[in-house]
Amino acid sequence: MAVTSPPMDLRGHEEENYLNWAYGVKSWLLTTDHKRIALLYLVSVTFFFFLGSLAAFLLRIDLMTPQGDLMTSDHYNRSFTIHGVIMVFLFLIPAIPGIFGNFLVPLMIGAKDLAFPRINLGSWYVYIISGMFIIAVVIWGGVDTGWTFYTPYSTTYANSAVVLTVLGVFLVGFSSIMTALNFIVTIHKMRAPGLTWFRLPLFIWAMYATSIIIMLGTPVLSATLILAGLERIFGIGIFNPDLGGDPVLFQHLFWFYSHPAVYIMVLPAMGVASELITCFSRKRIFDYKFIAMSSMAIALIGFLVWGHHMFVSGQSVYAGIVFSLLTFAVAIPSAIKVFNWTATLYKGTIIFRTPMFYVLGFIGLFTIGGLTGLFLGALATDVHVHDTYFVVAHFHYVMVGATVMAYLGALHFWWPKMTGRMYNEGLGILSAVIIFIGFNLTFLPQFILGYLGMPRRYHVYPPEFQALHVASTLGSTVLGIGYVLPLCYLIWSLRFGKEAGPNPWGAVGLEWTTTSPPPHENFEKTPVVTTEAYNYHPFEEEV
Amino acid sequence: MAHGESSLVAPYFKDIEQQRETNTLGMWVFLVTEVMLFGGIFLVYAVYYFNYHDAFSEAGKELNLVLASINTLVLLCSSLTMALAVYACQTDKQKMLVTFLTLTLILGAVFLGIKGFEYFEKYEHGLIPGANFHYEGEYPLQASLFFGLYFAATGLHATHMIVGGTILAIITVKAMRGFYTSVNYDTIENMGLYWHFVDIAWVFIFPLFYLIER
Amino acid sequence: MSDFPLFPEQASTVAWQVDLIYFTLVALSIFFSVAVAAAIVFFALRYRQGADVDRSHPLIEHTKLELTWSIIPFIMAMGVFGWAAMVFVDIKTPPADATEIYIIGKQWMWQAQHPSGKREINQLHIPINTPVKLIMTSQDVIHDFYIPVFRVKQDVVPGRYTTLWFQATKTGEFHLFCAEYCGTEHSAMVGTVVVMEQSEFKNWLGGGSSDEPLAVAGERLFTENGCITCHSGEPGAIGPPISNVSIFGTEVEFADGSTGTVDEAYLRESILDPQAKVVAGYAPVMPSYDGQLSEQSLLQLIEFLKTK
Repeated sequence: MAVTSPPMDLRGHEEENYLNWAYGVKSWLLTTDHKRIALLYLVSVTFFFFLGSLAAFLLRIDLMTPQGDLMTSDHYNRSFTIHGVIMVFLFLIPAIPGIFGNFLVPLMIGAKDLAFPRINLGSWYVYIISGMFIIAVVIWGGVDTGWTFYTPYSTTYANSAVVLTVLGVFLVGFSSIMTALNFIVTIHKMRAPGLTWFRLPLFIWAMYATSIIIMLGTPVLSATLILAGLERIFGIGIFNPDLGGDPVLFQHLFWFYSHPAVYIMVLPAMGVASELITCFSRKRIFDYKFIAMSSMAIALIGFLVWGHHMFVSGQSVYAGIVFSLLTFAVAIPSAIKVFNWTATLYKGTIIFRTPMFYVLGFIGLFTIGGLTGLFLGALATDVHVHDTYFVVAHFHYVMVGATVMAYLGALHFWWPKMTGRMYNEGLGILSAVIIFIGFNLTFLPQFILGYLGMPRRYHVYPPEFQALHVASTLGSTVLGIGYVLPLCYLIWSLRFGKEAGPNPWGAVGLEWTTTSPPPHENFEKTPVVTTEAYNYHPFEEEV
Repeated sequence: MAHGESSLVAPYFKDIEQQRETNTLGMWVFLVTEVMLFGGIFLVYAVYYFNYHDAFSEAGKELNLVLASINTLVLLCSSLTMALAVYACQTDKQKMLVTFLTLTLILGAVFLGIKGFEYFEKYEHGLIPGANFHYEGEYPLQASLFFGLYFAATGLHATHMIVGGTILAIITVKAMRGFYTSVNYDTIENMGLYWHFVDIAWVFIFPLFYLIER
Repeated sequence: MSDFPLFPEQASTVAWQVDLIYFTLVALSIFFSVAVAAAIVFFALRYRQGADVDRSHPLIEHTKLELTWSIIPFIMAMGVFGWAAMVFVDIKTPPADATEIYIIGKQWMWQAQHPSGKREINQLHIPINTPVKLIMTSQDVIHDFYIPVFRVKQDVVPGRYTTLWFQATKTGEFHLFCAEYCGTEHSAMVGTVVVMEQSEFKNWLGGGSSDEPLAVAGERLFTENGCITCHSGEPGAIGPPISNVSIFGTEVEFADGSTGTVDEAYLRESILDPQAKVVAGYAPVMPSYDGQLSEQSLLQLIEFLKTK
């Protein structure tokens, strides 16, 4: 076993850092230190991830038999709704920005904190309050509208805690906006001397693009939820056809936010991938500017494609054609990013450490997720696979496969920076491999199910689909093991892990120039930047 | 840096200049989200106005144009007093600052009072969508939509007034203690930006709901 | 395992076209995934740390390469887009001579109504090799009418009519699903589509118990609800003539100067919300029948006016 240094005994000799800078519950709950807020997010986001996973696992067990023996239809509907609501609003959207964005944005740009530290703490509290609303919903008996809250079911017909859920989702929007506002302003105004826009790490570009989407999209969701809530309480009829309203208008407004929300989840993951790939290839990224600009392109074009969720909703054929065209257009910048990451490996020095396994897994799953998106963007095939398991599989590849892979990659990459400790390398690689295999076992069968015509959100299904459902459930067990494993060894590493030192990966980037864990004020003195990002070739020879 | 300034600068900023620029940019970015929020409601309004043109014109006549016009005037005046308060702060005229902040606060309260009376009027006439909705016109269904959107938009606006007014009250108290000076005016300036935004939102609501097809 | 399908039956005229696009996309996806995976594995192993390989001239930027892998996928994407859009237009455009059947969705069942009066629940009998057009509405929430073997699907929205058409190419019994989540028993809102030989279908339609034909029921409603008083078609009548002349599919001019086609949606709107679009030359005096006629009665009235 590795030599461990018992931190408790050495506390007196330890360098001062943001973790031992102050003690006590109050010093955490009232902190305005972006690094501590990041850890608060880490703990709470992890909690909601496992809560959401639990709901998913119940669904998978129930789907082992065609008649669904574990739950009633009503319980099943409530389970998939709470799974969706928790995973989308309380895990995927806040995960990378809330944890790594908060921790890294100031460190990567050489600032002492975010522009508005108190607003930053406020965003965590709003997140927690909204999480409590959602937990209250679960205790209350749940909600059965699906995370999409389609009207008029949600506003008139559903017989469950819709208003409470809508309120929770409305609130978590504020939390995102507070975080995004902080990032935009911080990136604009607080960069270290010499850190020009095109010297920024690509993770910062990704955070910037993500923040723009949050700023422009989330308020529209808020307005929509206000109207849906008023409709539910007072019956004013805005989305109720019996009262002259238009239920499909809700879908337009909802997807105007919720399609870009997919990019809120995946752009940060792309940013993580760019950081990790360069570090473990010891090489500058292939075409930096293109990757930076493609993030911005995705953020903007992403606002123009919402109608592809509605090809069979009754919208006009022409609208369908335009939305399909734009959908294919937005696929291109994503595809090119994949090629650029691959090209980065060429003539690099590839180092196989845990984060690298995660990020290679990310590229694989993202490629499949992106390509299967084309089936849904193409009009004729979407008519068939819309609202089937094909869609379920597709968005899980992008949002769970790719994004969670990148999230865990980020966690393993910056864990030593955040905690000052190393985890067990072998277990790290093992968990990456298990997750990759488990994920594919779970969701590949669902593509086939979808094309066979299995509709999503079905509790009871025709028996001929059983074999594929059983395969999917077995895969999810493997996936579950893969998710629990890092939880165990990472917690273990807190106590027994080796000291990491300031830069265990030999990475460049300002966050690696300070100690691990960083001091309260991040840097002894404000760093000055003189080189491009990913400068792994300082002495590149000219031949 | 002048003596005493350093205590006004948060430790994570280089100097007061950076702090001021940061705060101002923050407010502008926040206002972008506000535009999108009101924009969402206005969009829904536009869709239904397009669909139910006649019904909306008819229902719009039920609103109290006189009170709303007075309210528009009140709010525009409050924007003026707010702007003067910012000017007073930048030029270090402490008394003037407190006066104009108080005036702004009073005008805001007047606006809310009149708005509250309008709501009460609607309640008396049975024009609040829901259980007791009585509308005599030709298109009761669409009128219910109109009033639903009316309450959503004006209610959202009033909420912004209440939140803004509360913060303004706190600021006014601090101003009385002489907290804001010509070096430390960004809070007043940002309060002003927000107040003008709320004013502009009303300038959109007023014609959309009160003046259509008059 | 004999019962382990990977691919659904093709039972309509569009099914093979959709599948062709699907297989093309599958092929493209496999090609790109394998290419990317192979490149990653090859580079990762070849340039692994410690390997003694030539690392001179590393690629940091290469505009030509970048353009190549931007433009080629872009052209491919546009090709797939155009192809799929063309098939989509076919899926969305019913032939003029299609047999019409009315569908009403409600929590949690499908009701189909043939113009002859035959009504069925959670079943849909249709003739083979005949274009069938469904005119659908919902009584409560949004549903979605989905027949996987036909590769067609359409949301069924309350308060409006949506249409779906197909032409079956195989006899047999096939799944019918509700594909839009609609509440507790969503997964029980399923049924069977029975495709029959044309002669068999005729027998089925004629046999068994049957309600009166839709148009006949519609005519009765037309009289009972007093529509006939104003829409008698006599000179000087209060409303435009509709009971004695064929108006369906014609262009009409409205009071505000705009024009529109008389279709199912317009008739529905004019019954429920008469003032929305008043025919030019007539006073906006018709009362609304909203809340007084069921979805079914509306369909009967529309069918009556259609067949006039």
